[in-house]
Amino acid sequence: MSDGTGKQAMIQLRGVNKMFGDFQALYDINLDVYQGERVVICGPSGSGKSTLIRCINRLEEHETGEIIVDGIRLDDDTRKIAEIRAEIGMVFQLFNLFPHLSVLDNCTLGPMKARGISRTEAQKLAMRYLEKVRIPEQAGKYPSQLSGGQQQRVAIARSLCMSPKIMLFDEPTSALDPEMIKEVLDVMIELAETGMTMICVTHEMGFAKTVADKMIFMDEGRIVEEATPAEFFTNPKNDRTKLFLSQILLH
Amino acid sequence: MVKQKSAKLTIGVLDVIVLTSVVALVGFIAYRVNFVLIYKWDWSVIPTYLFRWDEKTASLVPNLLIKGMIATIRVAIWAMLVSSILGVILGIARTSDRLLPRLVSWAYVEFIRNIPPVPFLFLFYFFISSQIMPILGIDEFVYSASPQKLAVAEFMFGPANLMTNFLSGMISLSMMSAAYIAEIVRSGIQVIPKGQREAGQTIGLSPFAIMRYIILPQAIQRVVPPLAGQFITLIKDSSLIALISVQELSFLAMEIAISEQRFFEVWIFTGFMYFTVCYSCAKAFGWLERRMGAHRY
Ligand SMILES: Nc1ncnc2c1ncn2[C@@H]1O[C@H](COP(=O)(O)OP(=O)(O)O)[C@@H](O)[C@H]1O
Ligand SMILES: [Mg+2]
Repeated sequence: MSDGTGKQAMIQLRGVNKMFGDFQALYDINLDVYQGERVVICGPSGSGKSTLIRCINRLEEHETGEIIVDGIRLDDDTRKIAEIRAEIGMVFQLFNLFPHLSVLDNCTLGPMKARGISRTEAQKLAMRYLEKVRIPEQAGKYPSQLSGGQQQRVAIARSLCMSPKIMLFDEPTSALDPEMIKEVLDVMIELAETGMTMICVTHEMGFAKTVADKMIFMDEGRIVEEATPAEFFTNPKNDRTKLFLSQILLH
Repeated sequence: MVKQKSAKLTIGVLDVIVLTSVVALVGFIAYRVNFVLIYKWDWSVIPTYLFRWDEKTASLVPNLLIKGMIATIRVAIWAMLVSSILGVILGIARTSDRLLPRLVSWAYVEFIRNIPPVPFLFLFYFFISSQIMPILGIDEFVYSASPQKLAVAEFMFGPANLMTNFLSGMISLSMMSAAYIAEIVRSGIQVIPKGQREAGQTIGLSPFAIMRYIILPQAIQRVVPPLAGQFITLIKDSSLIALISVQELSFLAMEIAISEQRFFEVWIFTGFMYFTVCYSCAKAFGWLERRMGAHRY
């Protein structure tokens, strides 16, 4: 339950199983993520990557096993769930911005309605993070008026406005045109440098090499390989990892 | 938004056939009325029922037809308001994760949708006016209210002696319309992508806040056109409450048509008045829709 320094893991998964009806999406998942640690998860489509990170903020409910986030055990207590969710930011593949709200209002909604911060305070906060993701000039626009890369950066700013302790990314760049991928990755790299605890599902291996402390490879609902980036890229143990890496690095 | 192309004006064979048949039908009806029925048109009754000269105040005051139209608009506005509130609540209940609200709302919607309005209206009228209205104390209010208060109440709910009828009719109309609005709201909520709710959850919003600030605003934007259609149906259906003696446009038109023996003129003109109200309502909603959608999506 602890690393070398005796620190408790920020996120602990113990023997987690997840079913969708008769279909088992996750098998016996064990994972520790420490404060400030940056974990990159990769694996073929349908291997359960999204399901895994969605269990961490309980967008999906796991059947058996235990998930503990920041000392709080996830169960049916809805008040705790809301508390935990406010601590965990999440960035989706398809951005999921609120189309009826301006960029600024997208960012202020959470702080105002979940944290009870005043509008002026929330706007100051929002502008600070919009500057961090380098689009303060778009604050008054609506999401549909922005490019995909800009929308994803707004989504990151929206999450950061809740001052989360953990950030989850679910393939944040895979819906983007190639020329926009870098602007989003740059923002994520900067975020990593601030010491944020991050779990990123991504196939951007350059990004993984730059920021990851730990690589995880999933296949058919199982964690098949867990290694440091150095080991993972130069000397993968598992055959499926090798195959996957050879395929993805060809691109 | 894509600008609509103006339709090209070319006349084909089919258009000629349609046009000729319409002209022939109108001509035939006019012929039957004028020469077979030997109907003598007299439109002069209409203006006198729109306005009349009041000796006491020495001015033109609205007469029955205008009063009827005002009563129709009054009942329609109240019913729109009440049925919208009720419909939104029922619509949200139908999308609830919990079984009970879903079941109650489902039962209500099916109950209303599968009973025609007339039996419902009578049943409801007799029940409400004999059981509910005494509890609300409408009649006592009317007897004991100060003239100013009564004037305000009459402006909002029509003549004092018919206030019970008005409220029963208005509530019946609202309850019927609410079932249809509930269905519109439900479909509006269900087309909002799942990711919207999830994004709301990840920024720590409560289910209520997600509904209030994320789902409903988007759903309502999408349901404006079907809602407009429902409101126009509501205006037209309001003529049904003539059956329980609410003195709205159809009720008064019937009285005039009978007492003056001028069926065609009165009913044609009454139809025209309904058309004006409904068409204005449709135009207003079209404007609202354009304004709401102007800078989004
Ligand atoms: N809501 C759901 N209902 C049923 N099956 C699902 C659902 N979500 C995901 N799955 C299934 O679970 C498996 C893992 O999905 P997912 O976690 O999205 O994979 P990945 O993100 O690695 O591509 C897939 O086979 C998918 O079809
Ligand atoms: Mg996925």
